[in-house]
Amino acid sequence: MKSGFTPATVLALTCGFAFLYLPILLLVAFSFNESRLVTVWGGFSLKWYGEMLRNRQLMDAAWVTVRIGLVSASLALVLGTLAGVTLARFTRFPGRTVFSGLVFAPLVMPEVITGLSLLLLFVSLGWARGFWTVAVAHTTFASAYVAVIVQSRLLTFDIILEEAAMDLGASPLKTFFVITLPVIAPALISGWLLAFTLSLDDLVIASFTTGPGATTLPMRIYSQVRLGVTPEINAVSTVLIGFVTLGVITATLIQKRRFAEGQKRKA
Amino acid sequence: MSGQPAQTPAPYVSPGPQTTAFEVLERTTSAFSFYGVLARFVQWLERSGRTLVIALPFLWLGLFFLAPFLIVLKLSFSETVLAVPPYAPLVAWLEENGLSYLTVRLNLSNYILLFEDSLYVRAFLNSLRISAVATFLTLCVALPLANAMSRAPERWRALLLMMVILPFWTSFLIRVYAWIGILKPEGILNAVLIGLGVISEPLTILNTDIAVYIGIVYSYLPFMVLPIYASFEKMDPSLIEAAVDLGSPPIKAFWTITVRIALPGIIAGCLLVFIPAAGEFVIPDLLGGSETLMIGRTLWLEFFNNRDWPLASAVAIVLLAALTVPIVLFQRHQARRGSEDGAA
Repeated sequence: MKSGFTPATVLALTCGFAFLYLPILLLVAFSFNESRLVTVWGGFSLKWYGEMLRNRQLMDAAWVTVRIGLVSASLALVLGTLAGVTLARFTRFPGRTVFSGLVFAPLVMPEVITGLSLLLLFVSLGWARGFWTVAVAHTTFASAYVAVIVQSRLLTFDIILEEAAMDLGASPLKTFFVITLPVIAPALISGWLLAFTLSLDDLVIASFTTGPGATTLPMRIYSQVRLGVTPEINAVSTVLIGFVTLGVITATLIQKRRFAEGQKRKA
Repeated sequence: MSGQPAQTPAPYVSPGPQTTAFEVLERTTSAFSFYGVLARFVQWLERSGRTLVIALPFLWLGLFFLAPFLIVLKLSFSETVLAVPPYAPLVAWLEENGLSYLTVRLNLSNYILLFEDSLYVRAFLNSLRISAVATFLTLCVALPLANAMSRAPERWRALLLMMVILPFWTSFLIRVYAWIGILKPEGILNAVLIGLGVISEPLTILNTDIAVYIGIVYSYLPFMVLPIYASFEKMDPSLIEAAVDLGSPPIKAFWTITVRIALPGIIAGCLLVFIPAAGEFVIPDLLGGSETLMIGRTLWLEFFNNRDWPLASAVAIVLLAALTVPIVLFQRHQARRGSEDGAA
């Protein structure tokens, strides 16, 4: 069967993507609405963005969130890469089943359970709750995502290259940095970005593990959303969506260009 | 004068490799210099590399993911007290007649309450029901979408794949929030339907179970589409062609061949949706009504509103126990997929 657009596939794709994107587009559109009401278009206006920038609490929360995201994404990148390498390359070691369980379980674990259990850990360790406890909590679940990305990239990457380097006398560490790392670099970039957005996004785990002075943006958004829809939240959301879209598109373009360069070199 | 060669002696050139003062200096200080330390560190890393690579994430996840569950388990047997932290110690020294005894007080009242109070029982059953129905609905939306994506021309597929992933990267909270504006009585959906003359009275969708279903399907759709798409893509389309050529109606060919081949992807997708949705808090809290009892929300309320940490822990343990089977299934599935890909 030739692959191509048939009326049925076009219909399925249109409906599917309309469902996925219409709510987001409406949300973005109404952030530019002069009127406070969702259903009334009062003309184009940037006033809600002004409100957003003047909202001290919101801006403080955004800054805390970005800092937590940077710290936890970077830590998660290191831990997740190690875990991904372990899963893909070390097939036999004591406790491998437990290890893979520990890596995969955070992916599906309901957030309320993870949040509660981490909070109780921090309480019994006597750690003061705040910036660092949230960062550690985010590192933990984000590193599982990084591990899965790195693992799947390593599984599609020919192990012969690594073996050749080591046969020629390179140490495993040198092999990793000279051969493996450049090849999995795109996976690492997307892993870091995913870890960062997951951290930026998280409401439940942060609510459990946070302390005074470390209120994150999702927590602020949540407490405002509970009071009802305000265009100011639409403005914040639009900014966040814009950043994430830009990040994902940049990462995709970087990967594409690397791929194209690789093809050119081959030719 | 000008013809005379210059009398300056030719500089001495050593026959062997030259040793500059800098190199000597570097060698003598290398044991203490930054690079020296780095070199030693690298040597140490190479000797203990494999152990270290495994141990670091193992220890981290053990400490921050596994150990906390034991604490939750312990706390679920504690008594609630008005103190900071708000629970009584499980193990304590009891002083009596000058002797001290180690006492362990296992308190089962939290669990008894969970199984006797119909509120909690209903919340549990409701969560499992809502999650199961929502998983089925997500599957119904994801199957045609994933199928269409895998049939699209090859150069389109990367773009389509990215378009499915992109919403997953945007904030979960924001995506749920977007639906409030659409579904509320004076929201966009009702305005459109009334404007078209389909209905005369606004529909009540927000704060009902229907809104929760919509929220779960919408939020978790990428988790369902991606694994199914991955198995569809591996499928040989000539199988369907052969079935249709042999007289099978396309729908039947789809069910007997496509769906069966995509079964691993379908199972993975269902688990990826069902497990987290069963413990979902944000969606029932923002889109559901006061009638929508879900256990994740119960846990949250017990913890934050009632400050009953032991009871919240007991809820977490029971939820975890209920989800153990699907979680183990998922973990096995992931591990198997890993080894299959590795062999290929």
